[in-house]
Amino acid sequence: MFFPSSAVVALVDTPVTWSMRKHLAHLSDEALVALVARGDDSALAELYDRVGRVAYGLAFRVLRDDRLAEDAVQDAFLAVWRTAAAFRAERAKVSTWILTLVHRRAVDVVRREERRRAEPLDDTTRVAATSESAEDAAWLGFERDRVKEALRQLPDAQREAIELAYYGGYSQSELAERLGLPLGTIKSRMFAGLARLRELLDDGAEEGSWTLNFTN
Amino acid sequence: MDAELHELSAGFALDALEPEQRDAFERHLAGCPECQEELASFWEVAGALAVAADSAAPSPELRDRILADARGEKQTVVSLDSGRRVSPGLAAVTAVAAAVAIGLGIYAVSLNNDLDSTRLALSAQGSAAALLADSSATSVALQSGTGRLVVGDGGAAVLVLNDLPAAPSGKTYQAWIVDGEMSVSAGTFTSTNDQAVVPIPQAVPDGAVVAVTIEQSGGASSPTLPPLAASEPV
Repeated sequence: MFFPSSAVVALVDTPVTWSMRKHLAHLSDEALVALVARGDDSALAELYDRVGRVAYGLAFRVLRDDRLAEDAVQDAFLAVWRTAAAFRAERAKVSTWILTLVHRRAVDVVRREERRRAEPLDDTTRVAATSESAEDAAWLGFERDRVKEALRQLPDAQREAIELAYYGGYSQSELAERLGLPLGTIKSRMFAGLARLRELLDDGAEEGSWTLNFTN
Repeated sequence: MDAELHELSAGFALDALEPEQRDAFERHLAGCPECQEELASFWEVAGALAVAADSAAPSPELRDRILADARGEKQTVVSLDSGRRVSPGLAAVTAVAAAVAIGLGIYAVSLNNDLDSTRLALSAQGSAAALLADSSATSVALQSGTGRLVVGDGGAAVLVLNDLPAAPSGKTYQAWIVDGEMSVSAGTFTSTNDQAVVPIPQAVPDGAVVAVTIEQSGGASSPTLPPLAASEPV
């Protein structure tokens, strides 16, 4: 449906009031992206409020530096702002798209700067002071535990390949060299591990907290 | 299906491929519905891994910086690089953003399972992605319709339309370059999920407008109805 441009301008120029934020809170992620594509920065803010925390945790895990992690998140959200109109929502979640952008950005930086080589690779999760709601914190904590439990159930070799790649930013070739294994072995482990992890998460999603259904 | 290429879907989803393999997989992906399906679900798994990555929180200022950046670009006619501080690698991440969006969009064009039309659509979307990610391109507002026209060097242009429902059966959308009294067809196109990204095949001259009409399937030689959408003059 087409709106007269004046209506669009009116929508975009509406001041961000509390009631509007409240209104946005009821929109789906996809609807927010459509608003972002029209230049609605309050929709971008709402997307950040939904995904920014996880995005930062991901960037920080890969980069191990708060300044670099914030830069990666900032670049990714600006890319969302600029390219929202090109996003196709039918088969992927908005959060997945944003996290993919953040991860690629973080991995680019880490490979260029050789930053993470000396870092410990085990889980060094730290608890940070935050202003998030208790409800959000509880959901995130629950999801985090569930995913960690699924990771624990993977065979060690598969878990190692996935964690070094996704959290450490190592490429398959780098991993083959580091672990002294043929490249083909690394590829197979990564594939088998990710497929197994998908099953484990799927099984655990019966309660509906994590869903592989694409939103809407 | 090439089993070895198929296996790369995991490395691709984890951003663990070397550039050559990433390119090889992307080319393969265009014609492989199984890999598209696999990649979509692996991306979801990667999203779950992201949730478990770290509980560290960003500073409250990060949100303000992101919004300030976005507002700095919010004008009706805006150069995508209008003098703002561009962080190193931003152009690269913007290109990635477009590529990821297009990558996810592969589903839209592969539904008909027709390889040639899929490749054609992908290559058109690929050039659209390159232009959308070009920091020297200019974004021109629409005077009617929602979306924008992005114009690069030499008049290369991509029309991005939102809120455009699929054309009724027997009808098609057609883009036009309107220069003074002259209307030249810029081809027909479809809308998927109420959105269309339309690469304009000819250069758009200075002062011309890009417009869209709805026409009988196959398109018309000149517009038969008033435009549904039109850009401001380029």
